[in-house]
Amino acid sequence: MKAEQNIAEEVLELVGPDADAEVTVNAGTSSLTRFANSFIHQNVGEEGSTVSLRLSVDARVASGTTTNLEAASLERFVADTTAAARVQPVDPDWPGLVVPTETPRLEHFDPATADAPPQARAEKVKAFVDAAPELSAAGYCETAAVTVAFANSAGHRATGRYSRAILDGIQQTPAASGSGHATGVSLDDLDAAATGALAGTRARGGAVTFNTKPGEYEVVLAPECVATIAVFLAVYGFNAKAALEGQSFARVGDAQFDPRIDLVDDVTDRRALGVVFDSEGTPKQRLALIDAGVTSALAHDRRTARKAGTVSTGHATPGSDVWGPMAHTLFLREGHTAVDEMVAAVERGIFVATFNYCRVLDPKSLVVTGLTRNGTFMIENGKITGAVSNLRFTQSFVAALGPGNVLSIGDDARFGDSEFGPGMAHVPSVRLGSWNFTGGADG
Amino acid sequence: MFEYAAAAVEGALAAGAVYADARVVLTRTESIDVLNQAVESVDHIESAGVGVRALIGSSWGFYATGDLTERAARDAGAMASAIARASALVPGAPLELADVPITQTTWETPYLEDPFSVPLAEKVDLLIGVTATMQAVPGIALARGDLGFFDINKWFVSSQGHRIHQHLVESGGGFDATAVGESETQRRSYPQSFGQYETGGYEVIRRWDFPSNAQRIAEEAAALLSAPEMEEGEKSLILEGSQLALQIHESVGHAIELDRILGWEAAFAGTSHLELAKLNTHRYGSEVMNITADATLPGSLGSFGFDDEGTPAQSVDIVRDGRWVGVLSGRDSAALAGVAPGGMVRGDGFNRLPMVRMTNVGLLPGDSSLDEIIAETGDGVYMATNRSWSIDDRRLNFQFGCEIGWEVKNGKLGRMVRNPTYTGITPQFWGGLDMLAGADEMVYWGTPNCGKGQPMQIGHTGHPAGPGRFANVRVGVRG
Repeated sequence: MKAEQNIAEEVLELVGPDADAEVTVNAGTSSLTRFANSFIHQNVGEEGSTVSLRLSVDARVASGTTTNLEAASLERFVADTTAAARVQPVDPDWPGLVVPTETPRLEHFDPATADAPPQARAEKVKAFVDAAPELSAAGYCETAAVTVAFANSAGHRATGRYSRAILDGIQQTPAASGSGHATGVSLDDLDAAATGALAGTRARGGAVTFNTKPGEYEVVLAPECVATIAVFLAVYGFNAKAALEGQSFARVGDAQFDPRIDLVDDVTDRRALGVVFDSEGTPKQRLALIDAGVTSALAHDRRTARKAGTVSTGHATPGSDVWGPMAHTLFLREGHTAVDEMVAAVERGIFVATFNYCRVLDPKSLVVTGLTRNGTFMIENGKITGAVSNLRFTQSFVAALGPGNVLSIGDDARFGDSEFGPGMAHVPSVRLGSWNFTGGADG
Repeated sequence: MFEYAAAAVEGALAAGAVYADARVVLTRTESIDVLNQAVESVDHIESAGVGVRALIGSSWGFYATGDLTERAARDAGAMASAIARASALVPGAPLELADVPITQTTWETPYLEDPFSVPLAEKVDLLIGVTATMQAVPGIALARGDLGFFDINKWFVSSQGHRIHQHLVESGGGFDATAVGESETQRRSYPQSFGQYETGGYEVIRRWDFPSNAQRIAEEAAALLSAPEMEEGEKSLILEGSQLALQIHESVGHAIELDRILGWEAAFAGTSHLELAKLNTHRYGSEVMNITADATLPGSLGSFGFDDEGTPAQSVDIVRDGRWVGVLSGRDSAALAGVAPGGMVRGDGFNRLPMVRMTNVGLLPGDSSLDEIIAETGDGVYMATNRSWSIDDRRLNFQFGCEIGWEVKNGKLGRMVRNPTYTGITPQFWGGLDMLAGADEMVYWGTPNCGKGQPMQIGHTGHPAGPGRFANVRVGVRG
């Protein structure tokens, strides 16, 4: 970590006193073992560092990123970024820098995961594949570890590190597929056999297929689906920039969701991934986004906070000047209902394991179209009675969790693999009163 | 830079690889974003490093490092072999590589004006001016503009003797206007959603003439807010060229990727509804449908000299008179499938494993024109510029939303409609292609944001297309 701090200090020195600067150094390794047709076919790893610099010369702002850490290259990098800033118009919304602020001493880091050799990932893959030996397996196992050092010319410093392990895959019969997913700080904590077995159970369940007509159905959504809903709410709704631009559904103080719904963004949760400060160096606040169904807060970076007359919540990301601040350590409070109990309560409905290719039709209403994938089942009289061909839906994600539509919340919260990636939303299954399916995937 | 790539290959071979190749890649990008006459972001990114691929048994091992020294490159090669060897715990049949010409050469994108030499202030001023024009239109709340430029140098070395240097230059950008209503927003973009990107220099930006189109685009966005919503129904659908390009990308381009067909992408990107056994017999669409994957088209975003396996750029027939005849392939997938390697394997930067990628997958011109298509349509809708896109993992069921639509009645363009959408099933939809514009209206549309692979890679692809008409399409689907 010292080396990363030293690089950040070196860059600040190169910037000198004539500019306000933020420097972030990311250094680490990432490895990913991919399998398909039940064998490992692509196995990759990388090591490296990046230096990101944002600077303001009299409120004229530019930014840059480089992977070249040689002294001469860093000197040129700083000079180029400074030159780019000098020719910019004055940014009336430049929010300035974070002043020295205490950062919580908390790391989501496992040394063994950081050092995991390719054999360790291959063993997880083998356990996943062996969990359903008669099926065709595909997926990946990833380990990563990153050290982050932040420094700005106002004197603020922050450092941290995190690790991440992911196992994601499907099992396939000739006619159907089922998915399993696990994410955590530690590779050891991922139960590859159970993940592969769940995928196998879902795949085998696809043997008998219903021809289901489009329409409104009661649904039980597994954590992958709920993770996508939660992340879409965060990206398009609880994003203060989107709200300031009039493009968000979020109305703070309004009961826009069912009273059963509590959604927080909390990097201090022991299960969370990532470092505890954002790309501007601001410590990430625990943020209650939905409190008993009431929209309670928006995620801010320093720029949106200045415009809104508030303070940053610590949700700046490298692209948030353009895309807006984003909450991406989401926890949807789990309930007390087992998934089996949810299914048992459904007279006629559909169970969905994962969503696929979700896209927003309109950000303000958050109407989204997408498909089901890797496990879609008919529920009749409280029992799963067969598989359903993948379905297309066109559904407002806000209305999906709206007042009265959330019938029960599962006791099975875990990180789900969302449309925007894994490790962003820790969520349970949910049972919803209505979901709008608009077509079948096969026509 | 060849010495680092060579050291990486030597390191991999010494550690047991039966084949190895390596790329040193230096990438520079510049991106500029302006919102409502204010600069949101001016960002420069440069990356440099070497990525080396080692083949042992059934698996590729790949390792990348940003440390550009001979020692680090050699160690990266050894690491790639060690990673490949670890795959043997879950083995498959050994991979083989189809033969390709062994080449030592250089290649450069043809361009007129180095985009990185154009003063930054000129680029920013262009976007400020365009957003000012759009903001002046009543009802426009958000006026955005962006530009992006890429300068990529690659040095490729293989254990079979390849030694190729390429210099690629790409330029693009666009702008959009958004009107914000009580319960929804309406947006119009130019030249297309996410901007238009091409291989070439700053002349690309000048040619698309942003200033002359800003007023019209903003007026359309404002008018959409009060336009009637499109009615649901089944009718003739006329697609503007950039939307047809995306239709090709999603329902043809991805479906013909051989790695998907072979199941290598099953868990993430998905598979394909196409079966290799039906190559040369499967009917993909109507006889008006002729598609090639041509990496040699000047100016198109998917053009290059050699792919990242050192295979020369080439044109491959994909659909001929509506019949499926070709795939997108690399050396390993081609050998497995028994087809000729198409030179379509590319990696995103130095630190990603090259994989099958679209080049320029597009339509050959038809014999009509947009005016003729409209004149010959009794009851239809004309849709332009993509707003949303979604398709299933086998590339069969799609639903697209466009920014704007116009009713077409009795051969004439009618009233504007908002929230136009359409949905369909790939072979039925393409089977309904009955009119297609000619060469005069074809554009090499660029897609700069194609996601695929794990870890995620962003690909740059091209799609020649002009306006076309499809019969009996379900339109107006909404939640």
